Amino acid sequence: MRHILKLAGALALAAGLAAPAAAQEKLKIGFIYVGPVGDHGWSYQHDQGRKAIEAAFPGKVETTYVESVPEADSDRSIEQLARTGHKLIFTTSFGFMEPTLKVAAKYPNVMFEHATGYKRAKNVATYSGRFHEGRYVQGVIAGKMTKSNIIGYVGAYPIPEVVAGINAFMLGAQSVNPNVKVKIVWANTWFDPGKEGDAAKALLAQGADIITQHTDSPAPLQQAEAAGKFAFGQASDMIRFAPKGQLTAIIDDWAPYYVERTRAMLEGKWQSHDVWDGLAKGKVKMAPYTNMPDDVKKLALETEEAIKTGKLDPFKCPVLDQDGKQVECKGKGALSDPQILSMNFYVKGIDDKLPK
Amino acid sequence: MRLELVPRTDVPGYARTLAPLGAIVAAILIGGLVVALLGRSPAAALDVYFVQPLSESWGLQELAVKMLPLVLIAVGLSFCFRANLWNIGAEGQFVAGAVAGAMVPLATHGMEAGPWVVVVALVLGTLGGALYALIPAFLRVTLGVSEILTSLMLVYVAQLGLDWLVRGPWRDPKGFNFPQTVVFEPGAQLPMLMEAGRLHAGAGLAVIAVLATWFIFSRTLFGFGIRVSGEAPKAARFAGFDANRLVLIAFAVSGGLAGLAGIVEVTGQIGQLKPSISPGYGFTAIIVAFLGRLHPVGILFGAFVISLTVIGGENAQILLKLPLDLTTVFQGVLLMCVLAADALVSNRVRIVRTARA
Repeated sequence: MRHILKLAGALALAAGLAAPAAAQEKLKIGFIYVGPVGDHGWSYQHDQGRKAIEAAFPGKVETTYVESVPEADSDRSIEQLARTGHKLIFTTSFGFMEPTLKVAAKYPNVMFEHATGYKRAKNVATYSGRFHEGRYVQGVIAGKMTKSNIIGYVGAYPIPEVVAGINAFMLGAQSVNPNVKVKIVWANTWFDPGKEGDAAKALLAQGADIITQHTDSPAPLQQAEAAGKFAFGQASDMIRFAPKGQLTAIIDDWAPYYVERTRAMLEGKWQSHDVWDGLAKGKVKMAPYTNMPDDVKKLALETEEAIKTGKLDPFKCPVLDQDGKQVECKGKGALSDPQILSMNFYVKGIDDKLPK
Repeated sequence: MRLELVPRTDVPGYARTLAPLGAIVAAILIGGLVVALLGRSPAAALDVYFVQPLSESWGLQELAVKMLPLVLIAVGLSFCFRANLWNIGAEGQFVAGAVAGAMVPLATHGMEAGPWVVVVALVLGTLGGALYALIPAFLRVTLGVSEILTSLMLVYVAQLGLDWLVRGPWRDPKGFNFPQTVVFEPGAQLPMLMEAGRLHAGAGLAVIAVLATWFIFSRTLFGFGIRVSGEAPKAARFAGFDANRLVLIAFAVSGGLAGLAGIVEVTGQIGQLKPSISPGYGFTAIIVAFLGRLHPVGILFGAFVISLTVIGGENAQILLKLPLDLTTVFQGVLLMCVLAADALVSNRVRIVRTARA
C-alpha cells in the first residue's frame, strides 16, 4: 500500500513537473530601441530584425519592443522586460550599456545582448557591425562623383564609431581623389529630422555637392535630393525618400544575427560573446548602386568585393593623422580592431577639429 | 455667437479638490474609447496602466524613483512661480548641480573614500544649482534682463558644458573614448532603501523638501513675502519686503533644489555622468508645478500623475503591445482634461449672442 502511495506521489510530481514543458511555453524576446521604429534608419532596422525572428520561429517565440527609450532613464524599461518573462533582451544603443549591466546582474537567468558596447558579463553579450567598411565604399563613390570636391558629413555624436566612419569615408575618397575635402556638422542627436535636415542644408550652403550622414532619419538625404545633389542612405535602403539622389546606402542587417541568437536560446546553447562582423558576413550590406555612371558603379562593386574578400582593409597602414603623423599600426598591416573601436583622431585632410 | 468664461466668485473648496479627480476619470474614459477603437480591451489597458504599477512593490518604487526629480524641481520652482518669477531654466540648474556634485565622486575615485563622499556631493550639487540660478536672478536685479530668456538660454550652456566635460577632462580613461565618466564607487552612490527595487535615499530628501516648503509658505514671513510679491507687488513694497532680495532668494532656492535633484539622480540612479542625464525633468517639472497649483501637496499629486502615465504607458507597450504614440496621446488628453476641469470649476461658461450687423 505504501509503495503504491509513493508511486502515485511520484507520478503526480512528475506530471506536475512535465506540465509546463508540455504546454511549450513561448520564448519571450524583448527589444529596447533608442528611437521610434518609424525612423526608417537605426531603430527601424533593429525592428526588421525582430520581425525576422517572428517569421523564423512561428509559434515558438513572442517578441516585444519599447521604442524611444531615453538613455538616461532606461533601467526601468529594461528591467520591466526582464520581470515580465522575457528571457532574451536586446538593448540596441550604446547608451544602454550601464543600465543593461545593472539589470543583468539582478536577473542572472535572463540573457542580454547589447549593441555597440564594450562591457560584457556572463549573461551580457555585445554585437555590432563594421559599418566603416561600407563608409569606405561610399567614400570611393563620393570621391569620384563630387565636382566641387566638398563633401558634407552630418554626424550624430563624436563617439569612436562615428569618427571611424568619417575616417574610413575620407580614406576611401582620397584613394580616388586626392583633392577631396570633408566638412562635418554635428547634429548632436541620433534622430531629429529637423536638426538633421538643417545640418544638411548648412553643408549644402557651404558648397558640398554630396551629403553623407551618420544620423538615423532620411532628412539629410531628402535635403540633398531637393537641392538636386547626391547623398547616401543610412542604416536602411532609403531610395524611396530620394529616388534621384541616393547613390547607395549602408544597410545594417541585424536579422541573421537575431535569428541565430534566438536559435541558440531555443537550443539552450546561448553564450556571451562579442561579435563584430561586416560586409563579409552580410551584417553590413550595400543598397543597389544608383544614380551614378557605370564606371563608378564598377569601381564601387570592386571595392566592396575587395573588402569582402579581405584584400582591402579600409584602415590599411600607413594611416596618417591630421598632423600628417603616422598612426602606430597595431594590427596586421592595418589598424587593429581595438584601435578602430576607440578611434578619437581624424585622418589627414579632414577639415574639422574633433570636439574633445 | 461666442463663448465666454466668467469667473465664479464662490468656488467651494471640495470642488477644487474633486476637479482633478473628475478630470482623470474623463481622461480614462476618452483613453478607453481610443483603446476600444484600436480593437483592444479597455479594461486590460486600465489594469496595466493604473492598477499594476500601484499594486506591487517594484512598480511603486519605480514610480517613486521617477517622481523624485520632478518633485524636488517642481517644489523649488514653486518659490519662483509664486513670486511671479519665470525660472524656465531648471533643466540647466539640474545639470549644473549634477556637475558640481559629481566633482567629489570623480576626484575620490579609486580611494575607497566612504560614504562622506556622497554627502559632500549632495551639498556641492545644491550649491552648484543655486549659484547657476543666481546668474539670471542677478542679471534681472541689476540690469533688468528678462529672467525667462536668460534662465532658458543657460540650459543649453549647462548641457554643452556637461557634454564638453564628459568628452574631455572627465572622460573615463578606460572607456574606449566614449563620452562618459567612470562609474562612481559604491560609497559615492546613494544607498538603496529596499532589498529589491531601486528606491534610494534621495526619496527622504524629497519628503523633507515638500514638508519644508509647506511650512515656509504657510507659517513663515518669508513665505508670505514671496506670495505677496507675486500677487500684489505694490502691496509687498509698501509692506517693506525687499523685492530684489526676494528675487535672489527665490532663484537660489529654486536652483538649489533643481541642483539637488540633479546630483541625486546621478548618485542615486545613473551612477556616472553622460552627455545626457535627464529626459527633460527640468521642463516636465514646470507642468508638474502648475498641475499641483504651486502647492507642495498638489505637486506630489502632479508628479504622481505624470510619472504614472510614463510608467503605465511603458507597461502598455510591453504587456499589451500598444503603440508608444497612444500613450503620448493619452498624456496629452489627461493634461487637457485637468486644465479644462480647472477652468470649468473656477469659471462659468456663458453663451453670448452677437447681434447681426
